[in-house]
Amino acid sequence: MSWIGRSIRRFEDQTLLLGQGRFFADTAQGALVLRFVRSAVARGAIRSIAKPEGGTVFTAEDLAEVKPIRPILHRPDYVPIGQPALATGRVNHVGEPVAAVVGVDGADAEDWADRVEVDIAAEDPVVDVDAALQAGAPKVHPEAPTNIIVEGLSRTPGLDAAFARAAQIIEIDVRGRRQSAMPMEPRGGHAEFDPRTGRVTLTTSTQMPHVLRTGIADCLGIAESDLRVIAPDVGGGFGQKMPCAPEHLVLVWVARKLRRSVVWIEDRQENFLAGAHARDQHYLVRAAFDANAKLLAVDAEMRCNVGAYSCHPTSCGVEPLMAAAEFPGPYDYQEYGARAVGVVTNTCMMAPYRGVSRPVITLSVERMMDTAAKRFGIDPLEIRRRNLISKFPYTSVTGLVFDEGSYRQAMERAAQKIDLPAFRARQQALRAQGRYIGVGFAVFSERSGYGTPAFAARKMAMVPGYETVEMAMDPSGFVEVRIGASPHGQGLRTTLAQIIADEIGITPDKVRVIHSDTDATPYGWGTFASRSLVLAGGASKIAAGQLVQRLKRVASVLMEASAEDLDVTEGQVRVKGTDRAMDITAVARAAYHQSHRLGKELGPGLRESATYDPGGTFSNACHVAQIEVDIETGGVRFERFLAVEDAGVLINPMIVDGQVHGGITQGIANALFEELKYDESGNLLTTTLADYLPPTMLEVPTIEIEHLMTTTDASITKAKGVGEGGAIGAPAAVINAIVDALAPFGIEFFEMPVTPERIRQELRRAEKVRAA
Amino acid sequence: MKPAAFQYHAPPTVEAMLELLANHGSDGKVLAGGQSLVPTMNFRLARPAHLFDLNTVSELDTLRASADGLEIGALTRHAAFHKPVIDGPLGVLLADVVQHIAHLPIRMRGTFAGSLAHADPSSEWCLVAATLDAQITARSRKGARTLRGGEYFQGIYSTQLREDELLTAVRLPRMDASWRCGFYEFSRRAGDFALGMTLAALRLDSSGRIAEARVGVGGIMDHPQRLKPVEDALVGQVSDAKLFAAAGDIASRSVDPMGDLHASAEYRRDLVRATTRRALERAFAQGAKP
Repeated sequence: MSWIGRSIRRFEDQTLLLGQGRFFADTAQGALVLRFVRSAVARGAIRSIAKPEGGTVFTAEDLAEVKPIRPILHRPDYVPIGQPALATGRVNHVGEPVAAVVGVDGADAEDWADRVEVDIAAEDPVVDVDAALQAGAPKVHPEAPTNIIVEGLSRTPGLDAAFARAAQIIEIDVRGRRQSAMPMEPRGGHAEFDPRTGRVTLTTSTQMPHVLRTGIADCLGIAESDLRVIAPDVGGGFGQKMPCAPEHLVLVWVARKLRRSVVWIEDRQENFLAGAHARDQHYLVRAAFDANAKLLAVDAEMRCNVGAYSCHPTSCGVEPLMAAAEFPGPYDYQEYGARAVGVVTNTCMMAPYRGVSRPVITLSVERMMDTAAKRFGIDPLEIRRRNLISKFPYTSVTGLVFDEGSYRQAMERAAQKIDLPAFRARQQALRAQGRYIGVGFAVFSERSGYGTPAFAARKMAMVPGYETVEMAMDPSGFVEVRIGASPHGQGLRTTLAQIIADEIGITPDKVRVIHSDTDATPYGWGTFASRSLVLAGGASKIAAGQLVQRLKRVASVLMEASAEDLDVTEGQVRVKGTDRAMDITAVARAAYHQSHRLGKELGPGLRESATYDPGGTFSNACHVAQIEVDIETGGVRFERFLAVEDAGVLINPMIVDGQVHGGITQGIANALFEELKYDESGNLLTTTLADYLPPTMLEVPTIEIEHLMTTTDASITKAKGVGEGGAIGAPAAVINAIVDALAPFGIEFFEMPVTPERIRQELRRAEKVRAA
Repeated sequence: MKPAAFQYHAPPTVEAMLELLANHGSDGKVLAGGQSLVPTMNFRLARPAHLFDLNTVSELDTLRASADGLEIGALTRHAAFHKPVIDGPLGVLLADVVQHIAHLPIRMRGTFAGSLAHADPSSEWCLVAATLDAQITARSRKGARTLRGGEYFQGIYSTQLREDELLTAVRLPRMDASWRCGFYEFSRRAGDFALGMTLAALRLDSSGRIAEARVGVGGIMDHPQRLKPVEDALVGQVSDAKLFAAAGDIASRSVDPMGDLHASAEYRRDLVRATTRRALERAFAQGAKP
């Protein structure tokens, strides 16, 4: 019986549902409290910082020995920017940490922080990405005179010719506004100083414990082994908890300086101000189609606002370089030009956020398809049929190799489930009553589970990608798996146990996954980029296979049979074709306690390790949003949301559904609700949950999911990553649906979020045109 | 997110509370449900030196329906209105309006009178008080006075209440079966403050014509206000769809909306047209709740 493919309950849930989760702040009773004094000015020179008498206050002067965080890309176009632990001489965005104070509790720390007087000579900031690119714009960093700190260029030789022979050229101007990943638990950490060893244990809300340790140790100039990083339960990351941030450096430095335990618990307002932001991209897209509506070429400029700094460890290249490489998506065309720039501004630093550029890519591509369909007078599905890739492996114009997928099938299945002709009839009937419903499609690919080759292509100095697992069967026959991935909601303790159980022939409850502690796990890259199940799952499968071989070799000595004649299944080692069998637990016991019988070559114990570093695999989906627009208020109500989704073999379908639900919810947030707004002076206007509006359960519809399961050889478990797809496809589907609903008014949207106010603004304009 | 230091007082009686307000009113705040005050203190936007806890003054935890109307004591929570608390259209109206106030945990704590004392321009209860011209009792050591809901609100977070006064009770007039009430609110998410809302209360004469009209809007201007041009257009008329549409247009023309982060003035003007027409439609919808 296979455990793979079964929706067994998550081993993680009982603890969380009973309120017994242990988050970093739960560990910090009795610790001193660290509070940051943050810049209220977007850009300027620090004239003075007056420390209150009797306070424990640190500024950049005190931390002179701490190196700035400076991620490196080995690219000639990349300008490395250092991010200081505390603002040094100048401030570059509102919310930048300027000083750190220590109090006996939170209120005391805030009292001290209130008394630190910071005098900054304010200068005109640059906030908007387009403004930052203009000649004469303020220079955020002197070393980047154009404000561009990374620039990806690509251009096929036949691009101009393709545009010259085009029957139709579509030009669109697309914007994805600024968001926060907004984890439920803001950032923070508890740095415990051990006076006996001088070691610090940092218990912190992070997605990448090992990488964070590297980042902190590098900047503080200490041995990595003098720092232990633990990620306990983590209340959401979504990318925001990848970076090693200035606050982490200060926290560990202060604990070492004071030789005390110190906690920093970020509040929501700080998280909005200085926890990394996301998106804020402006794409200018031209597409050439032939007379049959076949896409010939795309020429695009992607302007990515990266904020004031380049985020650790990926660098700010992650967004623009991904935008340039992945723009073609699941559509077939051979001529392509891209200029993708990362632009610094006096705003909070950007970090990758679930989807990374692809929500804006997919919005661009899917709006482009609908716009072209309208121009050609053909159905939106028909134009996609003519252009979707369907032969695999497919090598894209940017050199990405797409493994087997179901792009076309997913779309056809979705259209069938929606019953498009019936919807169109109802749409016509309702329009006569002054009601406006619409349907929107989004077809997309999700690159997932990629190893070092993909990251090395970005020329990162730190190349992530592989995952290692160390696996041991203990004398009681239970399996301990130590992984470098760092699950924080993905359910890896359950899904890895399912994979390992199948491979070894035991039940998942005999598998313990140990993770997120640098003292207890092999070096690994944590959890991000839809990778952990593919990578850690693949490595687990390999290690478990090795463990089975070792079990057989041990058993062959004990049972006096040839290892080739043994099978391991249902908790037993059996001699094929006989009734001779031995419990795995007895074999395990003997491997440790009767090792003298095993000989020198075999030796004691049952311990294996494996590393997996694949090229990557693409999952795919078609999302369909069905909505109604209230033309008087601009309100949008969901009738239906459908995802036909293909993530290959599903290890645990319930967990996959959870990923799809969560991603689509964040996609709906992106499409309709969430927007971080700065004013022209660089003040963030949206710093509370009354101003920044994540949707609640009441705004998110029931999400219908159907799974196709295309098998692939690109992943050793045949499972594809599925962490980001929901967030990638949903915005385009929702916005295409709004445009479809408002078609009688001739209104188009090429930006997100589409708020009720923006809908009314366009309707007013349309009403005026009509009246004129 | 921790408040600045303050001195906490838990007076057992109204008299003791009034004494505290007389001594420290200029530098203190009354704590009722705390759903607005406490977050403001946690952001350190409010730093009262004294906090007077009303929750210990149990004599104010009253809610009485009488022949004249409804008397709402200062400790009555929003959740008390989930079911009609008085016969007739008023009880049903309040039970409808309360569903729009935030979420259940907030409704279990926040108070009706606290909303009036805080005077957020988008508060549903403030719109009710302004439109129905509530009688608001303000007491101080010097005595008691009655303020009228139509005049009480003066601007954003600004009312006629003085620093030494405690808002002890609010009275709403009883409505008999000749009244029709309707409420419509638009917000970005369920439970958010209104971007625009209209409350309509109309008394019909025996022939079914509108004899008296009260139409108020909230979330639009710096405080909730009745719209006299709309009321004038309704009085003497028989309800129908054209009349409601015309009323919406008049409402849209007669407001001077504020623009802020959440909505521009132009958008609020659009919303008033829709919320006013829909509130009137709801008032007359057959068999529907007001």
